[in-house]
Amino acid sequence: MLTCGVDIGARSIEVVLLDEDRVVGEIVTDSGRNPRETAEQVFLGLLADVGVREGDVARTVATGYGRRRFRRADAVFSEISCHAAGVSHRVPHASTIVDIGGQDSKAIRLMGPGRVSDFAMNDRCAAGTGKFIEMVAQTLGLSLEASGALALEPGPAIEISAMCAVFAESEIVGLLHGGAEAGPVLRGVFRSVARRTLSLLGRLEGDGEIVFTGGVARNPAVVKALERLSGRPVRLPASPQTTGALGAALLAGREC
Amino acid sequence: MSEEYNLMLKELGVDVELHDELMSTTARLHEKTFQSRPSRPETMAAFDEAAHAVHGSRVQEVRAHRQAGGKSIGTFCIYVPDEIALAAEVLPIPLCGGTGWSVDYADKMFPRDICPLVRSTFGLAFSSTCPYKTLKDFAVGETTCDAKKKAWDLLGFKVMEVPQKKAEMDRDLWRAEVRASKDAVEDLSGVTVTPEALKSSIRLVNKKRDLLGKINAYRKLDPPPLSGLDALLVSQTALAMDTGAFNAIAQALADELGARAASGASAYETPGKRVLMAGTPSPLGYAKVHDVVESSGMRIVADESCTGVRYYRNLVDETPGDLEGMLDAIADRYFTIDCACFSPNAERFENVVALARAYGVQGVVQNVLQYCHGFNVEARALENALKDADLPSLKIETDYAEEDIEQLKVRAEAFREILPDAPPACNVRAGAGQG
Repeated sequence: MLTCGVDIGARSIEVVLLDEDRVVGEIVTDSGRNPRETAEQVFLGLLADVGVREGDVARTVATGYGRRRFRRADAVFSEISCHAAGVSHRVPHASTIVDIGGQDSKAIRLMGPGRVSDFAMNDRCAAGTGKFIEMVAQTLGLSLEASGALALEPGPAIEISAMCAVFAESEIVGLLHGGAEAGPVLRGVFRSVARRTLSLLGRLEGDGEIVFTGGVARNPAVVKALERLSGRPVRLPASPQTTGALGAALLAGREC
Repeated sequence: MSEEYNLMLKELGVDVELHDELMSTTARLHEKTFQSRPSRPETMAAFDEAAHAVHGSRVQEVRAHRQAGGKSIGTFCIYVPDEIALAAEVLPIPLCGGTGWSVDYADKMFPRDICPLVRSTFGLAFSSTCPYKTLKDFAVGETTCDAKKKAWDLLGFKVMEVPQKKAEMDRDLWRAEVRASKDAVEDLSGVTVTPEALKSSIRLVNKKRDLLGKINAYRKLDPPPLSGLDALLVSQTALAMDTGAFNAIAQALADELGARAASGASAYETPGKRVLMAGTPSPLGYAKVHDVVESSGMRIVADESCTGVRYYRNLVDETPGDLEGMLDAIADRYFTIDCACFSPNAERFENVVALARAYGVQGVVQNVLQYCHGFNVEARALENALKDADLPSLKIETDYAEEDIEQLKVRAEAFREILPDAPPACNVRAGAGQG
């Protein structure tokens, strides 16, 4: 049975096509100016690439911010439930998930594979999210990959004290004018993101391994900062950016 | 607003152009939240009308009362006893702001990072869109929270000191404050409060409480014949109408709900999980969180806030026949209010759990207005108390703006997806995957 999951986020869109529980196709793309249209194109494009027609897909589930405007979905689920399902599929023993995307960060506690017992999300604040990291990289004139790599090199970190991403930017500009180098600033920024993440985790029980997903999980410096500050092992599942869409496709296959 | 009303409003010092803006904002929201819902009891039309009348015919009523020599006072908290003012023939007018439209106008005097309810209320005054601004002799504040306390300073309100604790000496303080408020309204109207008048006002307000209790008790049913949104509107209009007039439509609603209950009629057309809403009040104009929750597959079957149970729970004891006895009975009834401004406030946790059990809910949503430190700090302890009772909870902390509604829906939907299919004492089934 073919099922499809579409995760329409603020910054990126992922589509995963499953045959039972085997991934037969997946794609990641930018949301662009018209996420709804992009999602349709990418969905149909993936089906075409894999060589199936829309009618062959038994059920499609949409998740993410754009979930309700995706006309080809049969059902919608929250990204919390979808990430839980997707992560559990790749990491069956997962009990704590952290997902940091473009403008949201979330921590999810599981009481069994795919079974969410509790969750915490950032409160109206972009400080611990991908948005903040992008903004800093831009201020430093670096790509995201380069900033991750640079921060990974051994060296000191400058603590960023500002709670707010906007004020943090001012703080960083001040530091650069004062002669600070990009490496220490970046390490401080990634520590800051890790601290915000820790405070989310603090609202939930558990102290075991953290499964880390979302776009920011691709940044090895943030992963390292999270490990260091939490004292907990951090695991990256394969394709951390598509766990939401994978989970959506899995939920599409389950009986309600 | 109609020509007739606009003329009257102008005479009352209202900026009619801004007022029209305010009216179209509130009308749009009212339609989108309350009136868009299916299966509403027919009597709800009377409550829709009462809500709109707050800036129309109710203003006329209050004006007429004053033109005939009557007095009126503004109030901002359910702690201020209506019975006392009514017995002195003074009309209490609740003035709490529920509209995001006026929040920015408060910048004139207030910092941005304080309670949106306080900012909304004073924003209405500063933008000259509150028709009651000149229709009161004075305003009565109370010492419940910091933002309000300092606001009264700045604006020269009379203040009732609500105690911080619930010990004997605090009860004595409150009883003294209630007596002082009696003196103040007597001075205002020149009418001495007699035992007969006080008995009568106690009965009138108790009747309101009793009717609210009856109406809300129908929500114990599954399915409930009244939605969470409509129950909120009923509470909101209870604070906006003449008590006698409210009691009349409340009785009509209670009767209609009885009939709906007998036929098993539901206020909902789609399935939903039963939840209790606990926390800060939602004054008329504000139904944002109720709307988010009821749009995310949940049914609010009970509301613990000041615009819910906290408003009408516990009647004033009608046994005392003498004035002093009645004043104590009034003070003692209001003293049971479990606002988070009290420290400690353990009784609130017991009350919330008991209410959740009585209404057979699967979870609790804590509705906390941003910057409300009392309820926000108390929220974690309440969450733990609920966990001990096997009740999952979600805290929604937000303000009067509309921009974060989509983000709130993500959280609300995720919460609904993890709620069990039945109230506690049943096994939790796999939450993810259940629609």
